[in-house]
Amino acid sequence: MAAETSSVSPAPRFSLIRQLRESPHAQGLALISPTLIYLLFTLVLPLLLVVVLSFMTRGPYGNIIYRVNLGNYTRLMDTLYLRILGYSLLTAALTTIGTILIGYPLAYYIARTPPRQRSVYLFLILVPFWTNFIIRIYAWIMILRTEGLLNSFLLKIGFIQAPLDILYTPTAVLIGMVYEFLPFMVLPLYTSLEKIEPAQLEAAADLGARPFMAFLRVTLPLSLPGMIAGSILVFIPAMGMFVVPDLMGGAKTILVGNLIRNQFLTARDWPFGAAASMLLLILTLIFTLFYTRRAGFGEELLV
Amino acid sequence: MSEKKPAIWLRIYALLAYAYIYFPILILIIFSFNTQKINVRWEGFTLQWYKVLFNDQNVILATRNTLIIAFTSTIISTVIGTLAALALQRYRFPGYGAAESLLYVPVIIPEVVMGISLLAFFASIGLTLGLGTITLSHIAFNIPFVTLVVRARLHGFDKSIEEAAMDLGANELTTFWRVTLPTIMPGVLSGALLAFTLSLDDYVITYFTAGPGSTTLPLRIFSMVRFAVTPEVNALSTLWVLTVFIVLLIGQIAQRSQSPQQTR
Amino acid sequence: MSQFAVELRDVVKRFPNPGGGEIIAVNHATLQINHGEFFSLLGPSGCGKTTSLRMVAGFEWPTSGEIFIDGKPMGRTPPFLRPVNTVFQSYALFQHMTIFQNVAFGLEMEGVSREETRRRVEAALEMVQLTGMGSRKPRQLSGGQQQRVALARALVKRPAVLLLDEPLGALDLKLRKEMQLELKALQEQVGITFIYVTHDQEEALTMSDRIAVMNKGNVLQIGAPVEIYERPNCRFVADFIGETNFLFGKVKAIDPDFVTVSLHGSERELVGIPLGKFYSGQEVVVSVRPEKMRIFDDTPLKIGVTPNQPNCFPIRIINTMYIGSDTRIVIDFGGGTQLKVWEQNHLSTLDALAYYAPGQELWVTMRPENVLILPQEE
Repeated sequence: MAAETSSVSPAPRFSLIRQLRESPHAQGLALISPTLIYLLFTLVLPLLLVVVLSFMTRGPYGNIIYRVNLGNYTRLMDTLYLRILGYSLLTAALTTIGTILIGYPLAYYIARTPPRQRSVYLFLILVPFWTNFIIRIYAWIMILRTEGLLNSFLLKIGFIQAPLDILYTPTAVLIGMVYEFLPFMVLPLYTSLEKIEPAQLEAAADLGARPFMAFLRVTLPLSLPGMIAGSILVFIPAMGMFVVPDLMGGAKTILVGNLIRNQFLTARDWPFGAAASMLLLILTLIFTLFYTRRAGFGEELLV
Repeated sequence: MSEKKPAIWLRIYALLAYAYIYFPILILIIFSFNTQKINVRWEGFTLQWYKVLFNDQNVILATRNTLIIAFTSTIISTVIGTLAALALQRYRFPGYGAAESLLYVPVIIPEVVMGISLLAFFASIGLTLGLGTITLSHIAFNIPFVTLVVRARLHGFDKSIEEAAMDLGANELTTFWRVTLPTIMPGVLSGALLAFTLSLDDYVITYFTAGPGSTTLPLRIFSMVRFAVTPEVNALSTLWVLTVFIVLLIGQIAQRSQSPQQTR
Repeated sequence: MSQFAVELRDVVKRFPNPGGGEIIAVNHATLQINHGEFFSLLGPSGCGKTTSLRMVAGFEWPTSGEIFIDGKPMGRTPPFLRPVNTVFQSYALFQHMTIFQNVAFGLEMEGVSREETRRRVEAALEMVQLTGMGSRKPRQLSGGQQQRVALARALVKRPAVLLLDEPLGALDLKLRKEMQLELKALQEQVGITFIYVTHDQEEALTMSDRIAVMNKGNVLQIGAPVEIYERPNCRFVADFIGETNFLFGKVKAIDPDFVTVSLHGSERELVGIPLGKFYSGQEVVVSVRPEKMRIFDDTPLKIGVTPNQPNCFPIRIINTMYIGSDTRIVIDFGGGTQLKVWEQNHLSTLDALAYYAPGQELWVTMRPENVLILPQEE
């Protein structure tokens, strides 16, 4: 095979292409610009608008008067609203704890099963995970209603005399929230537990640790990243949740999410709603920073 | 984790946990066949609620809307998100840190806040709420998730195949189209699937950005659950669960058939 | 056709250092590669050989200086416009394409017709002994086979120059040795210029027509394998290529052909050839390769060297190591110096004369042409 030289054609005349070619900076910016532009309009501007809105006043007909005042924020300091806020935080915290308590043994179990069977168990977690959450809440409503399954069953076997009032109480909200968020805790926990190499536990045993001790001193700490990732995925959305309280909590249980929703759609007090949103946003930021400082972002656990 | 079989109490617990997870869903499915309307006690087996479902114009319209929105937002967000993932994973440019943080905001932000901010924004520019605004909003929260997924898959990417393509005579565009894209395609499809599901499922943001007449399936389900509870809801729910089950199953089988031949 | 296939003229490549400042990857490299030559860039990791290759390919552009391919300056021409092709260290096969499609890719970019593509691809596959594998995917091939696909993919385009970046690094020893011979034969058969990057000096010595030895961005020496091995121009090259003994001393006498060095410690005088200009009293390094020394006892049996010739010294055996074809001996040279000596076992191992005993007192000799005197360096 004789060697033939192919001719070298001249470099392109378009200087724009040349500039792009020569500057990695320009290439990177070009690729990310659609995203930046899009999010500028759908994220940055709207949020700025909300900030501005939170300082405005509500007009008599539900419109907005552009006069700056801090009234919305001072109104938020009222005990009524602080109680709602506190209650939201408490609910989110309890939900997180609940998902950890219920989810940890489950994740642990799945991580211990042989790999072949494991995918089945994971699959079984994923099915409800991907099912629309309103449907799943509805299922619980069916069960917890006064005339619902739980009560009918308990009455029938004579365990109770009168139907239990579970639905439309804070308890129901909690049950719904834990149920809803359980997969979000189990999956990262599982990922974290699965990464623990058996050799470490064997080493612990070799050095004299009983199974429970080994769990406490080796497994638990090593699964911490998973717990933290799961907590981020549970606590933060739980803070802003309004669907579950709406469906299962009745008028008595109001969380921050419901408050905001009401201000925007029912009470038509957008400035006040905006202020409440800002409060929620700031809290979210604080907790996110707190969590990520503890354990990095753990995005690999999310995927 | 170790190969030993888990302890007996753990297995019992797991069983109970799975029962706890699936019990409500099973109830849902069973009662979709119940003849009794108010759905308190089991009366008899019937398929009537499915018939009602299939004739329910509202539901059909909602399904159609949901699918249109899901497809549109998935396609657009996947394209934009993939480009962003490539940008973040391979380049350093001024404003990198800010861009990355901006991208994570929709993932972290409470949905309520994002919802109302979009509502306020659309109102302020005089955009009528409808399918369009819903789609725009869905694209906004889908982009970061697509970017996240594609980025994760880009981690092990071997740049030398791109150099090889260029070495063999392909310019940058051809290289991207013939070599880079096919190679990252599994990641891109994963991202697209995630975006599609998020869009399909979304309630909160859709709630704030939907107009009258532009209802989606989650919105419809919500109002059915809140106001007009009949076993029709159960029927709808049952079909939804079934669809998810089948799609996931197909996904699992597809994944299985891809992996086994990994030699080298 | 110009004078050289590839030329680097005073090429410098600087990279920004992540910790601040700059790294000079290639420091004023100038070399000319002839048409049809098997030319190797040899050196340890980080010496700039791969960077230099990538600059010829077009994946990096020189910070200053110019690269010429067939006499034409390349400037900032991108890789897909250059008449060279690369075989990558990781093979870089397109996993989503079949072997056939991989090899055909370059021709597709050129717009070659379907039939001609088919012909040339099949010819290329045959040349690397992979006939019939066209419909397989890279995943299904072994490491050695993948490497050959990478080769075929580059060669099918008939480039003027083929660039190879440590292509045999991932193969096991036996396969590597086989492939070295195959590659060399291939190059001779096809007749195109090969530029070959490796850190394995044995590999470079085996395959190359000429070698450029690099270290820390600098091209230290260019020459045929024999030249590099027998006449290294500095301590690094003497040390990097093959094995050698280093001794230290001062220049005592300078003659037209030879230089006498007085060694530190033992005060013995070595006569050797100077590789550079030296003055009396200069501190120097002396390099003697282990296979160039002979051990003998008093009887003229061994090689007919008499004790009155230069570079003939009494020594003591410290220990020996039997390798099968050779014996490797460590001797006490005096003044605290130990030297490695290699001898081929041309006597049968059952012969008593074939063994040296530790502690044995004998003589060692080395011819002045094999004693290389090099300048001391930083």
